[in-house]
Amino acid sequence: MTALPPPGPKKLGLVIDLDQCVGCHACAVVCKEWNTGGHSAPLPDRDPYQKEPRGVWLNRVHTFEVDDESGGGRTVHFPRSCLHCEEPACVTVCPTGASYKRAEDGIVLVNAETCIGCKLCSWACPYGAREFDDDAGVMKKCTLCIDRIYNETLEEEARVPACVSTCPASARHFGDLGDPDSPVSRLVAARGGVDLMPELGYKPVNKYLPPRERRFDAPPPRAKEEETEMGGFLRWIDRVLSR
Amino acid sequence: MPRDILERLAGPPEAIETSRPAADEVKQTTCYMCACRCGINVHLKDGRIRFIEGNRRHPVNRGVLCAKGSAGIMQQMSPAKLRKPLLRVGERGKAEFKEIEWEEALALATEWLGAIRRTDPKRLAFFTGRDQSQSLTGWWAAQFGTPNFAAHGGFCSVNMAAGGLYSIGGSFWEFGEVDWERTRLLLLFGVAEDHDSNPIKLGLAKLKERGAKIVSVNPVRTGYSAVADEWLAVKPGTDGLLVLALVHELLKSDRIDLDFLARYTNAPWLVRRDDGLFARDAEGRTLVWDRRTDAAVPSSAIDVSPRIVGEVRLADGAEAVPVFHLVAERYLDASYAPEAVAARCGVPAETIRRLAAEIARAAFDEAIVLEQPWTDWAGRRHATMIGRPVAMHAMRGISAHSNGFQTCRALHLLQMLIGAVDTPGAWRYKAPFPRHMPVGPKPAGKRTAPETPLGGSPLGNPAGPEDLLVEPDGTPIRIDKAYSWEAPLALHGLMHMVVRNAWAGDPYEIDTLFMYMANMSWNSAMNPPEIIRMLTDKRPDGSYRIPRIIYSDAFFSEMVAYADLVLPDTTYLERWDCISILDRPIGSAEGPGDAIRQPVLTPDRDVRPFQDVLIELGARLKLPGFVDEDGRPKYPGLYPDYLVNHERKPGVGPLMGFRGPNGEPNPDQLRRYVENGCFWRGRLPEDALYYKHANKAYLEAAKRMGFVETTDQIVLQLYSEPLQKFRRAAEGHGPIQPPEHLRRRVALYCDPLPFWYPPLDESDLPLAAVTQRPMPMYHSWHSQNAWLRQILSKNRLYIHRATAERLGLADGDLVEIESRNGKVTARVRLSSGVEPGTVWTWNAIGKRAGAWNLDPAAPEATEGFLLNHLIGELLPDGRLANADPVTGQAAWYDLRVRIRKADTATAPSPRFETLRPPEGISPAPDIVRWNP
Repeated sequence: MTALPPPGPKKLGLVIDLDQCVGCHACAVVCKEWNTGGHSAPLPDRDPYQKEPRGVWLNRVHTFEVDDESGGGRTVHFPRSCLHCEEPACVTVCPTGASYKRAEDGIVLVNAETCIGCKLCSWACPYGAREFDDDAGVMKKCTLCIDRIYNETLEEEARVPACVSTCPASARHFGDLGDPDSPVSRLVAARGGVDLMPELGYKPVNKYLPPRERRFDAPPPRAKEEETEMGGFLRWIDRVLSR
Repeated sequence: MPRDILERLAGPPEAIETSRPAADEVKQTTCYMCACRCGINVHLKDGRIRFIEGNRRHPVNRGVLCAKGSAGIMQQMSPAKLRKPLLRVGERGKAEFKEIEWEEALALATEWLGAIRRTDPKRLAFFTGRDQSQSLTGWWAAQFGTPNFAAHGGFCSVNMAAGGLYSIGGSFWEFGEVDWERTRLLLLFGVAEDHDSNPIKLGLAKLKERGAKIVSVNPVRTGYSAVADEWLAVKPGTDGLLVLALVHELLKSDRIDLDFLARYTNAPWLVRRDDGLFARDAEGRTLVWDRRTDAAVPSSAIDVSPRIVGEVRLADGAEAVPVFHLVAERYLDASYAPEAVAARCGVPAETIRRLAAEIARAAFDEAIVLEQPWTDWAGRRHATMIGRPVAMHAMRGISAHSNGFQTCRALHLLQMLIGAVDTPGAWRYKAPFPRHMPVGPKPAGKRTAPETPLGGSPLGNPAGPEDLLVEPDGTPIRIDKAYSWEAPLALHGLMHMVVRNAWAGDPYEIDTLFMYMANMSWNSAMNPPEIIRMLTDKRPDGSYRIPRIIYSDAFFSEMVAYADLVLPDTTYLERWDCISILDRPIGSAEGPGDAIRQPVLTPDRDVRPFQDVLIELGARLKLPGFVDEDGRPKYPGLYPDYLVNHERKPGVGPLMGFRGPNGEPNPDQLRRYVENGCFWRGRLPEDALYYKHANKAYLEAAKRMGFVETTDQIVLQLYSEPLQKFRRAAEGHGPIQPPEHLRRRVALYCDPLPFWYPPLDESDLPLAAVTQRPMPMYHSWHSQNAWLRQILSKNRLYIHRATAERLGLADGDLVEIESRNGKVTARVRLSSGVEPGTVWTWNAIGKRAGAWNLDPAAPEATEGFLLNHLIGELLPDGRLANADPVTGQAAWYDLRVRIRKADTATAPSPRFETLRPPEGISPAPDIVRWNP
């Protein structure tokens, strides 16, 4: 079983805005694209042109319909990837230490060299955030683009996870959730960001921003006289206009 | 467990190389995974694509990229890429080809096309699909001398183009944009994933962050509708009625911008009661009635006080009323009251009334005043710019109905009434729009002759019956019957009717159908089974009814099987290309812009860019403009040579940026584009950014840039006189009149004021059926993409839970969808995000077995389905296109169906023979391990 490092001050993670996510899958595909040539390379695709294509994806988007009492309901797009928990069971169950949490930034990674492909971690993760590469026989997962965020060969603006850099709807944010003054922490506070399934006690670092309240605020009714017909369109006969 | 044991087990900690260079080289170009034209940075490693990301400095996408764009790698790796020219050796449709050399292919095409040009150029029908080189292809057709040219706009969204061009001199589509920084209320009508895909997403995020309200009017709650503050589940095809009810409410409560109407629209223009045309003076100038002098004065006069209602008597004794009088008369009528339309639209009357009040509040109570001085067209200085922060955007859900043109006009009417056209906070024109109406040029092609160019562009904008392309007896001149009485404003042609008409010899037979990137035997057709029959149908003598088909595509699409000669194209990463100012540039409200593609990879197969091939064919055919006086190729460097050196008039070529000091061709132009990220952007002065239709600084800049001919005000058209001219002809006036069987139709639908009518193909079948584009898969060609097809490889028919319950359907049940045209089997998915009288599915997921080099057992073929099979290409009368009667826009979304539960004993329908990829295409791999 693998031990967790002592909790550090830095908790890098994602803030995902469920109010703005339009479900376009841009984050999922760019993740695939970056990571198939990145730290976890490759992310293979089996039967890519056949009956059951199935590949390794470190980020997937799900769509749910939520019905409410009033019959309004809503469609919610829900991107799902590793939440880089503060107390990740996927790490503590790992028999070889391959699954580990970094002390310096809290990122949860898998060391492919020592992963024996036993899949205990994917059973332990309640969020379904791990993907088994049966071609290489190792477990893969979101690295928070560790090969981008510190990558000095990239332009500074590009040093964020690929999913964050590409999201067209600005629904993904990256930063230090251990710092209460960071932009992401302030965003979480302002929007009432939530943990996913907090009752399980894994303390996910990633946060989800819930959909904003819908607004149906009707303007006050117009004064009565303006609602009357006023002689139909002839009310405009004496309007002085200029060209 | 003691830590040292763990560490020994685990070995040394993982060494992570956090600064590994992602690429040896980054090349910038323009994406083409959809029509959005985003800038991309293609990271290459050992000559292979490592990563494609959005270009952060690109004005269209500002660094973001969608799912399709990021999947460009897998498009490049597609196992369905064509590899070499193909000549048919078996029966059409069997995909039995032999590979031939390019020289043989080009010689053959030249021989076929040359013979046509020497005898009757009309016998070539040249139609292109989703390419973005229509300024080249259209010019080629014109030089060849055939009027039978169009791209795919007729089945895409010509209603939006035409509705806009005849109302405000610009249009939605990607030719306008929301003032994302300032709008308070955005109304989306029929907008799902579409053109301007990333800019809309970027913009919605801005609105969300500012707390502006988003209302989506759409029968289906996906994507943008899902994140909208309010989703109005309108019944398909009734948006026009809803919009006109909003107009009714705003007029009734006098919440309209009369100053805007008087100044910037034809609201005060006088319309003669006798003929419905504008009253004109001896010099042909339109008139308004000036209150001060109590006389008719030219509408271009300034500092007059025009009346906007009330009858007046003209000098010739005729009665006339201002346009606004007719507007008020029509839309104040109780038939447009919310109560009268609510049931039909599926939107409660109180919701319509509230929405009208919200529009009025945003437009007038929250009006914007920009401290930006500006000068109007007449030279008068204004200290501020008044803005109406209500923006609208509309697209396919409006367009793909047979009432889409008038519905689009209704939307523009609503925008004009509240002063929300190119004012701060509203919808804005993108350069090179707006244009003066009637917008020129007219369509060319009235006369054709052997070896003679057309003398103009095959596509244009008719201003009246005299501009139609019809024989004296009313017979259409074009094979697709565009610009005929069947579709007078068919600005983009009717590609969807070409195969049928060519097969039927109606209005005449053709020799060669030449197509590019258009999947006409599958998802680009209405009624594919019938189209397939026509493509393969033979005469009694054994010859094909459509004698020859030349087709260019990069991939083994369903259409390839029907070609006699296949000219394999490159991918978008392997060629020069142009997002031209002459075609569909990437301008913005802030200024003009255009872009190029540069090849970032070298093809690994014997394929050529279609644009190169077209230029070479032009030279071999010795088309004027493609050869010099000595008959030598004018563009020996092919498309890149043409992009730089071709000029329509001095200083005007395909690209606006980086020209010589006096606008002349610059041999260094493409290099300059490449250095600039493959795009160019101009910037309008600050005082030219709004009120472009009446803004002197803008109009002068636009004239300098060649976008407009004059700096006269562009007067927005509530009332469209060209439509009245068609109507009047139908009522028996003038030398050019429609044939008898079309009189009633033309008179009814060519209404100069927007109106709503039920879709033409309204049957008594109980449900409407529509499609939505899935965001990660814009076109059919994405099914060959190993990554994108993992997101969506089969589609379900979405049905409202209550409707399903009524029909006894459970989630996942197999159903038979039946229309007047046929049957399709599908599985249902129950949903609450759909209007209860509507069913829908994702567009273009269903594939023909074997096409795109997919395994015939792929879900796209076994569980994917198209609604296309259910849509008749003709109206039930069997004569007229299933299309908008004004524009010829294919009416995909008018489909009505009935659904019944099926079981596994029900034969899946329709059935098609499995296609076998042609010679040279290897079987697809069973694993991809992409790791450059």
